[in-house]
Amino acid sequence: MPEIRFWQGNTAVAMGAIAAGCRFFGGYPITPSSEIAEIMAVELPKVGGKFIQMEDEIGSIAAVIGASIAGYKAMTATSGPGFSLKQENIGFAYMTEVPIVVVNVMRGGPSTGLPTKVSQQDVMQARWGTHGDHETIALAPASVQECYELTIDAFNLSERFRQPVILLSDEVVGHMREKVVIPEGESIPIVNRKKPKVKPEDYIPYKPDPEDDIPPMASFGDGYRWHVTGLTHNEWGFPTNDPDVTESKIWRLVRKVDRFKGEIVKCDTYETQDADMIVVAYGSVSRTALSAVREARSKGLKVGFFRPITLWPFPVDELKVLLDGVKAVLVPELNCGQMVLEVQRAVEGRAKVFGKGLVNGDLFRPSEIFEFIKEVA
Amino acid sequence: MGDQRYEIRIAGSGGQGVILAAVIVGEALALYEEGLNVVQTQAYGPEARGGASKAEVVVSRSRIDYPKVTSPNLQVILTQKACDKYVHDALPGSVVIVDDFFVTEPPKVDAKVYSLPIVRTAREEVGREIVTNMVALGAVARVLESWELAKPESIRKAILDRVPKGTEELNLKAFELGYGLMKEKL
Repeated sequence: MPEIRFWQGNTAVAMGAIAAGCRFFGGYPITPSSEIAEIMAVELPKVGGKFIQMEDEIGSIAAVIGASIAGYKAMTATSGPGFSLKQENIGFAYMTEVPIVVVNVMRGGPSTGLPTKVSQQDVMQARWGTHGDHETIALAPASVQECYELTIDAFNLSERFRQPVILLSDEVVGHMREKVVIPEGESIPIVNRKKPKVKPEDYIPYKPDPEDDIPPMASFGDGYRWHVTGLTHNEWGFPTNDPDVTESKIWRLVRKVDRFKGEIVKCDTYETQDADMIVVAYGSVSRTALSAVREARSKGLKVGFFRPITLWPFPVDELKVLLDGVKAVLVPELNCGQMVLEVQRAVEGRAKVFGKGLVNGDLFRPSEIFEFIKEVA
Repeated sequence: MGDQRYEIRIAGSGGQGVILAAVIVGEALALYEEGLNVVQTQAYGPEARGGASKAEVVVSRSRIDYPKVTSPNLQVILTQKACDKYVHDALPGSVVIVDDFFVTEPPKVDAKVYSLPIVRTAREEVGREIVTNMVALGAVARVLESWELAKPESIRKAILDRVPKGTEELNLKAFELGYGLMKEKL
């Protein structure tokens, strides 16, 4: 029988991580993510895992990368300013192709900003916060149930694609409590990283399999030799300036995700068939938006709803197919206009795109988004 | 109750246990009543003690989209500061319970306002001000019972799930006293 719990979003992230096989957490507490670290500290030892509180955010992500290289599924959790501190090592994990999960429970920024208040100001930080080229995978839960499920997805995607995956939660979703239905263990799909099938002496650590562009990953201690460096490296993992090798490596980092976009991208829609207006919203704001869209429908307005669940890659094609007959796309978000840029890119001028930003630390109220719909209609 | 949405708010000062009280209401409704959707949220400042804090529960038989409270059907308010800050969005005709010791100016809102000795009961009858939130929960339990939304027994069970071992009797005593205070009125 599936269990029913009444959990906080942050609890669901921690428990989802453990269900996904996470056995290492390197933490440095920061509101509104701290409950994730607290719960991991209690729960990980019960399943033979390790929790370490490091000296700061940089140390904690470094420990997480090390744990993953040693074969553990590993996670860290933070918020805005802590996410910035982790960015250099997130780049290291992209380059070295180390699977990790980074949770950012978004709060008001910039800087220490509003520790206990909600925002969505890190959407672009998730995409481009680290240096260098890479393809980002970032998931935005809108309910406590999704905190559980998308954390499992985040681990599965990071293991499959050998790269960081970001769970972009927010203070409202992280701190609210809702019912969660916990599936039975065996029904949860679990993906584990590919291990080398060759003997240690034949292992070429960054030689990708042609079918997916992803190299099998040996763990430190397995008897396989593997050199790990953030410098651009050849298939043996050693630094190189060779233009052909470099060109091939960096394009592969992007391509290994890009070619499977169709399998990664997730979104949710409501009443889009006859819509002449679509509200695009994600995370906690999507709940307000849906409530406003239902009200608009009840008043005869032909409004639809589109929620990207993967913020990155953005569901471009999935939005495009809905645009026939749509005159306006509305993007309410808790920042000064970030995802609206990506929506404009996806819409390609086929409809007018209107953004509405809010940065006062509160979640939009349904009446505010309803008014926004009426203004545009 | 049909598809109606009920909004409950418990507000006071950081440290009075208003968040725990709302969590217990949420757990009681979600885990010990049948077929209810429940969302519990809170708002508080960066300080650990003091400041105005509020915790809220939204409950409905249908799906809950917007998770926060906009016009509460029931408010329990434990300090003047919280009263000044939050009480005014009361749903017309709703129930507002204020503590008669800390809320010195009863709010002028279109609601049924009950001034109850919540803090004094905790302090004088139970002997521990720390159980203020349990007295408040007792009052909430009576209101939810009168709306046929939850049985007091569900809240009792949820309290027992949450309070530290050895304090069950103390907390339940406070709960029963709070229930009794409200039962006299409603």
